[in-house]
Amino acid sequence: MYSEKVMEHFMNPRNQGEIENPDGVGEVGNPKCGDIMKIFLKVKDDRIEDVQFQTFGCGAAVASSSMATELIKGKTLEEAWDLSNKAVAEALGGLPPVKMHCSVLAEEGIHKAINDYRVKQGLELWKEKPGASHAHADDACEI
Amino acid sequence: MTGRRLVYMDHAATTPAAPEIVEAMLPYFTERFGNPSSIYGIARESKAAIDTAREQVAHAINASPEEIYITSGGTESDNWAIKGVAYAHRKRGKRIITSAIEHHAVLHTCQYLERQGFEVTYLPVDEFGRVSLSALADAITDETILVSIMAANNEIGTLEPIADCARICRERGVYFHTDAVQAIGSVPVDVRAQDVDLLSLSAHKFYGPKGIGALYIRKGVRLDNLLHGGSQEQRHRAGTENLAGIVGMGAAIERAVGRQEEYARRLTSLRKRLLSGIMERIEHVRLNGHPTERLPGNLNCSFEFIEGEGMLLLLDHAGVAASTGSACTSGSLEPSHVLLAIGLEHATAHGSLRLTLGESNTEADVDYVLEALPPIVERLRTMSPLYADYRRSCNVQ
Repeated sequence: MYSEKVMEHFMNPRNQGEIENPDGVGEVGNPKCGDIMKIFLKVKDDRIEDVQFQTFGCGAAVASSSMATELIKGKTLEEAWDLSNKAVAEALGGLPPVKMHCSVLAEEGIHKAINDYRVKQGLELWKEKPGASHAHADDACEI
Repeated sequence: MTGRRLVYMDHAATTPAAPEIVEAMLPYFTERFGNPSSIYGIARESKAAIDTAREQVAHAINASPEEIYITSGGTESDNWAIKGVAYAHRKRGKRIITSAIEHHAVLHTCQYLERQGFEVTYLPVDEFGRVSLSALADAITDETILVSIMAANNEIGTLEPIADCARICRERGVYFHTDAVQAIGSVPVDVRAQDVDLLSLSAHKFYGPKGIGALYIRKGVRLDNLLHGGSQEQRHRAGTENLAGIVGMGAAIERAVGRQEEYARRLTSLRKRLLSGIMERIEHVRLNGHPTERLPGNLNCSFEFIEGEGMLLLLDHAGVAASTGSACTSGSLEPSHVLLAIGLEHATAHGSLRLTLGESNTEADVDYVLEALPPIVERLRTMSPLYADYRRSCNVQ
């Protein structure tokens, strides 16, 4: 049911762990849905110097966290903000339709962590682009 | 396939057909292929083979052969029993009672009937998954036509008090159906002693072939047909018989019921070894289902702070085939309705693991799982923000 890439990331997740004193943290998801994702950021000169994740969830959720963190590491915050859930899913060689919400969770987790950083820096929050990934979020379970 | 170990612990999902069962079936695909409805020699042989299988099924559950109707399996039997009674008796009443933890073959059939104007009561269960007899008695009204309560739950293994349920139904003049798909071969089933009116069974759960099952219909119980066409199955279930499947089911049920006691004893001992091993090695584990009133081979545990699908993938990597009540494998996003019905929190329900033992399993298999599982749970917990939160809360205290 999963691509080889998903399985590879699930079996050997990148950037899994916690950052002490992170510059930004984003936790998304809900135990009811069976997925919780937490993203930790270390930011230097507007770039993501380090990123780590913790995930409670299925194989796709772990693989999405792993892939998304890999894709944003070393990128500017703006570049990281623009990472879409579709790009995460594509990089994983696709996700089963019922698991697409896992990639949405990764995108949302990154956005939340970036905005947490911005709040702490006294910067204004970045807004979600209209009609971005949230159409997919509707597929997720009702909370 | 390399020399990798395979430990199959998903016998509640399905069992492998026993070699002697396959052997018994084979001639009925080729030289003994006659259509039992025809009149020539090989057709009569087919007819005789079906008669023998029907007797074997009847004998296994203490019914008469004419009370056994062959179906395509548990799902068809459940559909037929429930829709059949509902439509045949709707003038008398439109109320049906079942439990919240039935298999989807029962639940979704009941939900379909609700859309057709029937009223269905879903009895809650206690923390062990047992229905309450007083709740059942209270739920029956003059308009109740059918009660359907499973003999044994497929997820948590809990045995339901079906003889008591049947007695209450008999006293109130209501038909009683039981889905005994998981029970046959694992616990004693006797339609006379337990006084049930309708009973569903499926061959692939007791080392027979898939796609074949039966519905026991007590003599005198009236129900509408589900499949219309030819005059097979005493004009009640049309369609050319699955001859080889029927022969396989007959042989398999005779074999399963004949060795039921020994099977149950062996699996109970393996299950206890597995459970105590898990409890010794892993913290924050909850046993789901009844501690003693359960299927001998069924073990269902929830591992706090982690999600079941991850466990399955890592167990599969270690060569262990198991199952979970987590949403992730069900195609929906909701965890198992059974685990929610026994009062589990969503997160705990998502962290469930079902290991169902069977003929092939040995103590070495159990020990192998006990070796493989702790690092898997540990690995997923290390990854889990819920576990990190828990650890933090412990440190604060």
